[in-house]
Amino acid sequence: MDNPSQLVQYILTGLSNGAIYALIGFGFAIIHNATGILNFAQGEFVMLGGMFTIFILSFLNLPLVPAIVLAIVLSTLVGILFERLAIRPLKNVKPLSLVIITIGASIFIRGAAMLIWGKDTHALPAFSGNNPLYVYGATIMPQHLWIFGITLLIIIANKLFFSYSILGKAMRACAYNAHAASLVGIDVKIMVLLSFVVSAAIGSMAGIIIAPLTMTSYDVGIMLGIKGFCAVIIGGMSSGLGTVLGGLLLGLLESLGAGYISASYKDAIAFIILLLILFIRPEGLFKQKETQRV
Amino acid sequence: MKRCLFLTVLLSVIFTILFVFMAGTQSIAASPIKIGALFSISGPAAFLGEPERNTAQMVVDEINKAGGIKGRMLELVVIDTQGDPAKAVQGANKLIKDDKVAAIIGPSTTGDSMAVIPVVEKAEIPLISCAAGSKITEPVKKWVFKTAQNDALAVAKIYEYLNKQKISKIAILTVSDGFGSSGREQLVAHAKEFGMDIISNETYGPKDTDMTAQLTKIRAGGAQAIICWGTNPGPAVIARNVKQLGIKLPLFMSHGVSSRKFIELAGDAAEGIILPSGRVIVANQMPNSDPQKKALLSYVNGYKTIYKIEGDHFGGHAWDAMMLLKGAIEKVGDTPSAIRDQLEKTTKFSGIGGTFSYAAQDHAGLTKDAFVLVEVKNQNWKLVK
Repeated sequence: MDNPSQLVQYILTGLSNGAIYALIGFGFAIIHNATGILNFAQGEFVMLGGMFTIFILSFLNLPLVPAIVLAIVLSTLVGILFERLAIRPLKNVKPLSLVIITIGASIFIRGAAMLIWGKDTHALPAFSGNNPLYVYGATIMPQHLWIFGITLLIIIANKLFFSYSILGKAMRACAYNAHAASLVGIDVKIMVLLSFVVSAAIGSMAGIIIAPLTMTSYDVGIMLGIKGFCAVIIGGMSSGLGTVLGGLLLGLLESLGAGYISASYKDAIAFIILLLILFIRPEGLFKQKETQRV
Repeated sequence: MKRCLFLTVLLSVIFTILFVFMAGTQSIAASPIKIGALFSISGPAAFLGEPERNTAQMVVDEINKAGGIKGRMLELVVIDTQGDPAKAVQGANKLIKDDKVAAIIGPSTTGDSMAVIPVVEKAEIPLISCAAGSKITEPVKKWVFKTAQNDALAVAKIYEYLNKQKISKIAILTVSDGFGSSGREQLVAHAKEFGMDIISNETYGPKDTDMTAQLTKIRAGGAQAIICWGTNPGPAVIARNVKQLGIKLPLFMSHGVSSRKFIELAGDAAEGIILPSGRVIVANQMPNSDPQKKALLSYVNGYKTIYKIEGDHFGGHAWDAMMLLKGAIEKVGDTPSAIRDQLEKTTKFSGIGGTFSYAAQDHAGLTKDAFVLVEVKNQNWKLVK
């Protein structure tokens, strides 16, 4: 039990799963902060990313990189359609109704994916081989490095976008006060649309980089969506460091729990944390440190 | 008023025409023999129900093309249970009361099968289940037979092999659904009889995407071999994780992954994995002396011609069920009780799942020879001799 390499393995596994949860959590945070909606269709963007890539690879025979780019574009397109057709036409509705609409949309997207691509599971080839790397007696796959790298890049890009670009600042303004933002000439509708674009793109990216490890099928979005939601709740709905830490913490606890207690409780751990946080600290664990929203 | 009259006349004309047509079609040929089918064509167990439905339909079409059974056509009435026992019971009632079927094949899952057993027992209609759970026919129910191999037979096949390899310390990793828990029960129950010592006993969720934590724990436990019990995609993830962790222990899987899909999903990581399976996936490698070879090749080739994909052993369960029924109806006609009695007398029927010999005390009809061990070599199945 006290084997150090065993512990390192649990930690590495936990961190790499956590990075994915954080990425998915980001998508939740961005839309929530721009619109006040909890978009429960976020997991479906993750599924779409993976499935589109596999579809493009096998039917259009494109190389991996263009296939990935095209898959992100297509998933983003679905995000735009979703916002235009399901969210924007509704005026003056309660956020709760919108949340229910996103649940409906997620069921619809999942069903459509099942009809189009079937119920089979598909595997995506790894980006750079399948030979494990050894770290202090534990192993990780090259794909894990891709996951860490891309997560890091997206975090930095997010930070730069929201802090320094005019668009990012405009989105933040909408988040603070949509009415005031519209008074100073910011097109709130465009900002809402943009938030769907950004989170669909991030979600699909997450789906693509994990597909070589975990494989993908029409229904992977449910569980991953819930885990991402859990990460963002721990992080207090921030689209910055809070959610990243939330995701990593969740991944670590899951992996250590599965290793030292029992794997049967793996999913239960996520839900227990979710409930505890919602009861005790609904503002998130890292709220003091992380004051910036959107 | 005029319009009203017109409508009435029109409607009566339509109805008359309809009646004439219906009566007409019925009187043309001898009424078809109706066979009911309960398969989980959609839902979580669709990987069972879909090939089963395809296969049953294929067999019925073949029989009808060849002139039916003694000049009477077969009609397959298929109901999708969606893997839901409540829908299975509704379906069974509909088949028995509305369609008045002579016999029922299916359901696909053990849960559905257990739910419909009281219905068919009460209605006295023979049922040939395509599910694997041993409790379906243990204890024996008068009207219920099954074609899928018991999990216990697969377990015995693996343990026997391990005995030969002088391996006795094992780790088991099972999925936390019906299939996995049944496998786990059998693995634990038969361990003693083969001298197996289960050192690690782990589970994973059907939707889990990373099992390195469980495998790390298993590696630290000191087992000599790992047995994993699940259906895709979990076992493929486990195969990849084992490779990632550099675990050198022999890895065994269950018959739940004996389809091409598993090799496709696990890729290189599938190499060297051994599992018990029906003979379908190695039909071409069977020696000509094998009594099942003729049936296997006819099924595999037939399925490929019609559905463009390879038939698997799940579809094989439906093939066996249909062929057993056909055999019984050819001999004794289509009264449910006569079919039942004849089924029980069936001996040495070589089908896809094995060579069946039913008896009054055995409605499963197979021995562990129904399974062969296969190994993944060069991305293909290879018969382990």
